[in-house]
Amino acid sequence: MAGKIIKVSGPLVVARSLENPMMYEVVKVGEIGLFGEIIGINGDEASIQVYEQTEGVGPGEPVVNTGNQLSVELGPGLIKQIYDGIQRPLDIISNKYGSFIARGISEPPISYETKWYFTATARPGEKLRGGQRLGYVEETEIVRHWVMVPPNLSGELLDISSGTYTVKDTIGMLKDSFDEKHILRLAHKWPVRQGRPFKRKINPTIPLITGQRVLDTFFPLAKGGSACIPGPFGSGKTVVQHQLAKWADAEIIVYVGCGERGNEMTDVLIEFPELKDPKSGRPLMERTILIANTSNMPVAAREASVFTGITLAEYYRDMGYNVALMADSTSRWAEAMREISGRLEEMPGEEGYPAYLASRISEFYERAGLVIPFGSDEEASLSVIGAVSPPGGDLSDPVVQATLREVRVFWGLDAKLAYARHFPAINWLSSYSLYSDLMNNFYNKEVSELWLKNRQTALRILQEESELEEIVRLVGIDALSPKDRLTLEIARSIKEDFLHQNAFHEVDTYTSLKKQFLMLESILLFFELAMEAIASDVPLDLILEQDVREEIARMKYHPEEEIDKIKAVQNSIRNAFDEIKTRRASA
Amino acid sequence: MIKEYKSATGLEGPLMIVEGIEGIKYGELTDVELQDGSIRRGQVLETSEKRALVQLFESSQGISTSLATVRFLGRGMTTSLTREMLGRIFNGVGDPIDDTGEIIPEKHMDINGSPINPYSRNFPSEFIQTGVSAIDGLLTLVRGQKLPIFSGSGLPHAQLAAQIARQSKTLGKAEEFAVVFAAMGITFEEANFFIDDLRKTGAIERSILYINLANDPVIERIAIPRVALTAAEYLAFELDMHVLVILTDMTNYCEALREISAARKEVPGRRGYPGYMYTDLSMLYERAGRIKGKSGSITQFPILTMPEDDKTHPIPDLTGYITEGQVFLGRDIHRKGILPPINVLPSLSRLMQKGIGEGKTREDHADVANQLFAAYAKGVESRELAVVLGEAALTPIDRIYVKFAEQFEQKFINQGFEENRSIDETLNLGWKLLTILPRTELKRIRNEYIDRYLGEKN
Repeated sequence: MAGKIIKVSGPLVVARSLENPMMYEVVKVGEIGLFGEIIGINGDEASIQVYEQTEGVGPGEPVVNTGNQLSVELGPGLIKQIYDGIQRPLDIISNKYGSFIARGISEPPISYETKWYFTATARPGEKLRGGQRLGYVEETEIVRHWVMVPPNLSGELLDISSGTYTVKDTIGMLKDSFDEKHILRLAHKWPVRQGRPFKRKINPTIPLITGQRVLDTFFPLAKGGSACIPGPFGSGKTVVQHQLAKWADAEIIVYVGCGERGNEMTDVLIEFPELKDPKSGRPLMERTILIANTSNMPVAAREASVFTGITLAEYYRDMGYNVALMADSTSRWAEAMREISGRLEEMPGEEGYPAYLASRISEFYERAGLVIPFGSDEEASLSVIGAVSPPGGDLSDPVVQATLREVRVFWGLDAKLAYARHFPAINWLSSYSLYSDLMNNFYNKEVSELWLKNRQTALRILQEESELEEIVRLVGIDALSPKDRLTLEIARSIKEDFLHQNAFHEVDTYTSLKKQFLMLESILLFFELAMEAIASDVPLDLILEQDVREEIARMKYHPEEEIDKIKAVQNSIRNAFDEIKTRRASA
Repeated sequence: MIKEYKSATGLEGPLMIVEGIEGIKYGELTDVELQDGSIRRGQVLETSEKRALVQLFESSQGISTSLATVRFLGRGMTTSLTREMLGRIFNGVGDPIDDTGEIIPEKHMDINGSPINPYSRNFPSEFIQTGVSAIDGLLTLVRGQKLPIFSGSGLPHAQLAAQIARQSKTLGKAEEFAVVFAAMGITFEEANFFIDDLRKTGAIERSILYINLANDPVIERIAIPRVALTAAEYLAFELDMHVLVILTDMTNYCEALREISAARKEVPGRRGYPGYMYTDLSMLYERAGRIKGKSGSITQFPILTMPEDDKTHPIPDLTGYITEGQVFLGRDIHRKGILPPINVLPSLSRLMQKGIGEGKTREDHADVANQLFAAYAKGVESRELAVVLGEAALTPIDRIYVKFAEQFEQKFINQGFEENRSIDETLNLGWKLLTILPRTELKRIRNEYIDRYLGEKN
């Protein structure tokens, strides 16, 4: 028997006499069957948040339970897709229903018709638990999709066979310990608000390489770590997120556009199929899933979108992949919570946000991590990068504060840098990463033992610069010693020649760790030699006038294949200083 | 189905409570008939089994709960549309106010529209030449973009918007072009300025104007941008026109939103504005764009005056998070007599990268813009330093940068509201200014372009 609507107020609907309503159960609301979720039960009345506009819905209309919690469908066909916040495929909706999103539409998130060739790797008779592998499907050229026993099942595999199947076909049979038989398929469902289980979590020790110099060298994120990017509007949050989605060395990218601009999602949709993954050479789209719940799409679906995204990400992590999830922006997600909470007339916490804001944020970020999944003994990771858009860039905002307690990497965006078009506008003084020491072994082995030392030196120079700037502001540059003025110049060089990176330049957009190391080493080499020269009384102007400085400035534009050119720059630097020395000796 | 009740029980500001009703839908339109036969429009804000909350679009002055008849119209708020609306002037709910008679609608559309499916969007990448150097060169506008003007009281944002409306064109093509103008709570004089400017240039023939003046009902301000954008969608996506929408002043719109929120006794967010203001604004701004398979487009120019020139105020702040950039007008630069007084440093166009470069504007555009920005920022910084320490304290290179900043403001930005510069003129002017700097300082420009363009001019 269906329930009956008794009240409609925006996205909040109250219904009476639903049959056994369950918290977070999905319901169909009204004559047109809008998607909704039960978020409160009080006696015979259930409060429902509706994921679509409720115009034209009124009391007396039916509400039907589905018996399921808000879930996503997990199986081959997810990659390359673009979904809204509740996993409805936007491309199919566009082709079928037109350019504007109509209401009450329900389409399968993954195609029920596509046939996949399934290769069984498990054998009948094996005892399997949830998350262990049954076999695989080649989902795209670069993604092998492991089909796993659904996490909540375990038992003896009675039957499994390779062959061509749709996601609805039976691929095998499993008998649990109560002798109950379960049909196995290529796909299964999982509730979005519940983290997927794994064997155990371990400490992250390997960096997520992003090709962005300020991130990789100064404030690295570990695979399985979590980071946040707060900043005022116009400071380049979205460009940083896009750069990460493009270049991060994860095998799967889930990009959640949560309450952001429609055109930005279109940009990703158009650009990603054209861009090549630096590792595999295949289009970036072949490793990407997009969730687009733009700001003008229903606010309740926005609340669900980050959970939808992270559940998809966890699913691929369980297959053994390194997955990175970008959420842009978590502030919009928090605002969606605030809006729903306000409609429920809950007691507000700070700035009108619900009191459970911090715990929801933790719930989300804690789903990141480096883990051993049930399906293999190898590590798999889920890294989470959340953009935060605090009002006026004010970091005392409750969303920022709750996020900072949770994440270990902080990339603080700075409006002043953005105004000077210094991008990425990540402030080198306020940002931090708690991973960089943990990953020392990796750098020693893969790049150079001097990696951390150079990083420290560069950061020290920048710190000194900010102190010297204070002095200059008070008494003028003439009051500084040549040494201090050199420090200012080198800091400028680090900022302009190393940290500044043009996301829209074909070469500069991505820099390998090796190249990053060489670039910074060159600047520091100049610094070291210049310091020596000053100690032997060479005038500063003579040092700064050298043409080799232009070579340093152009290092970033040398393609990866011509990395030797940067080594050549180091030789030029040495030669230049030798020349100064000989000239002075002969004079 | 129309339902009629005489059971209004409460009135508070623009909100009316009607009891003993049945089967009223959320968002339904209502007519409230007064004792004298006049009609006030409203909409259902909340509906439960026996009770509905109606928000009136006009003031509730003179309404008596015991005498009023409330008619629920059984449909949401729509506006009538036809091509004949071009050249006409309407009020906040879409009724003509220019004494040239009623319009005969071809179509009715829901004023709330529906969100554009992100998959169906076409990415804006067509360069619009506004003839304003600061915008074309550094904050390039593209078709389908939403680029607000962040202004302050007393700054000439109206002149700039009129200049843009007058001069905008795409290169090399003649296409059908229309202007939709929505005035929210502005003064008679400001509205008149726009109407006169559009008349003077003949542009009024291809414009639709929606006017809600400062003394018109506050609640109408909530409807007016929606009505205007619905008309824009009709022109763009049904009649294939390129539509420029000017919304002024968004600050008044947000204030109206706050007024209603307060009347509804909602939990206030920052500075008393409702917590859903971001979502509400995005429902307007996100209606800009282009759609695959349709040749028209909607480009938005919302204007807002920042209270106390404070850009962290919720109105500019939330707007900046939704729109694709912003054009800042600066009071300091206005005092120097520079017109238009665009402060380029905090200004931004997010879609610029897609609309410039070879085949669109010129190959060197991105690098030049980058370099001009960086150099001007440096010059302004040095100038501030000189104020504190005296010019003598600057290094020689800093002094050059100060000179650059001065010249940049005087020559590049200061062009008045009449001059119409082509993109080539703008870029060449940029190169000319860059010759002030030594070549080694031009780190943001590729060597090949320096050779090609700087060499030419020197």
